[in-house]
Amino acid sequence: MIKLETPLTVEKAKTLHAGDQVLLSGVIYTGRDAAHKRFVELVAKGEPLPFDPQDQVIYYVGPTPAKPGAVIGSCGPTTSYRMDAYAPKMMELGLRGMIGKGRRNDEVKAAMRQYAGVYFGAIGGAGALIASCIKSCEIIAFEDLGTEAVRKLTVEDLPLTVVVDSYGEDLYISGREDYLKGKANGN
Amino acid sequence: MREIAVETIIDAIADACIDINCKLPGDVYQRLIEAIEEEDSAIAKHTLDVLKENADIARETMSPICQDTGMACIFVEIGQEVHVNGNLSAAINEGVRRGYEKGYLRKSVVSDPMFNRVNTKDNTPAIISYDIVPGDQLKLTVAPKGFGSENMCQVKMMKPSDGVEGVKKFILQVVEDAGPNPCPPIVIGVGIGGTFDSVALMAKKAMLRDVNSENPDPRYRDLEKEMLEKVNAMGIGPAGFGGRTTALALNIEWAPTHIAGMPCAVAICCHVSRHKEVVL
Ligand code: SF4
Repeated sequence: MIKLETPLTVEKAKTLHAGDQVLLSGVIYTGRDAAHKRFVELVAKGEPLPFDPQDQVIYYVGPTPAKPGAVIGSCGPTTSYRMDAYAPKMMELGLRGMIGKGRRNDEVKAAMRQYAGVYFGAIGGAGALIASCIKSCEIIAFEDLGTEAVRKLTVEDLPLTVVVDSYGEDLYISGREDYLKGKANGN
Repeated sequence: MREIAVETIIDAIADACIDINCKLPGDVYQRLIEAIEEEDSAIAKHTLDVLKENADIARETMSPICQDTGMACIFVEIGQEVHVNGNLSAAINEGVRRGYEKGYLRKSVVSDPMFNRVNTKDNTPAIISYDIVPGDQLKLTVAPKGFGSENMCQVKMMKPSDGVEGVKKFILQVVEDAGPNPCPPIVIGVGIGGTFDSVALMAKKAMLRDVNSENPDPRYRDLEKEMLEKVNAMGIGPAGFGGRTTALALNIEWAPTHIAGMPCAVAICCHVSRHKEVVL
């Protein structure tokens, strides 16, 4: 288990490899479909993003409403491929890490190699458990988007798996191959 | 005629929406525990343990199992001797509205798919399908569906000559295309026959069957078994990190069809396979 803290610098990113189990702590930001669309619209107009993406990590999530007294509601990952169209641009602007679930396309993986990006997988459908790792939550932009608003989260020991590393290795491919190979060899 | 008040329906739907988003159905939970035993990969076992723990936390704290509390899909079986004293569809939508608000569930519906994707802020409209059946009861199946898995469902208008082999190939292809995206382990529902529209509904109903149930027809039952084994030999595994448990169940429903066709639909649900029946 690797303890990791944000901001995620190039140096830290390069130590991570597909399959590594990570406990992430520090500040991260949320954004999913509608927020990403607005990010690129802002960039196209030459306006600043709601947060400086340099060495930051974005979590693709749309939480359930927090119950009274709770920091946040259930908050597991959403499927990442819908953000593929925007991810290379975000990395070009300095974003280093992405948290989600599901496959990324070749353009995203190429951008990850170019900018030392890391794609982490959170376990899909474990939103109630993940909520206990979120220590603070503040909406910083696009409040009108409801669950899709951009939030600044402070997380503690958020359990993640490195799915695609900055060298282009993809656990969805290698993990499956290793499992099938192990089976074929009778392990 | 048996009279049922709309208020009764509203309350039943609201309660069911909250309940099913926080409490994983017993059959799915049990299957998850069995899968932990059967699993032969360490990372997969760990992932399944996390899913079990998550389901426990959700049930104990009445928090949503998953943040995607879905589009509210409601399957209605209404006895032809039932009279509802008002607008049934409106009552169902009102129940969804109240349940999603009271239960702190996520509102995930936009009013227009393309031109104006604005959140309706109360998770309505629900997707309602009606069957009229004999009797004087009203059966409501509440099945919120997340779109991580919904986006992975497929329909194919196959040719009769594609035969059983064609259906097998199609099922495996849909699971391959889906890969890690629909939060495996998944529950698979297959519909074969009928028409373009009815086959998709059939697949959905197959997906909602008890995970331990079997098709009463031995030919389809054997196909269910064979295809579940084949899917679980693909190696995708829990969360897609590699492992045995790619699917918890595979159910098939079938219906007569036209001489020129063999429609086939494959519906995929994640491990958060939510469905709750209420009989009024
Ligand atoms: S596919 Fe299911 S488990 Fe995964 S995020 Fe969607 S609703 Fe949750």
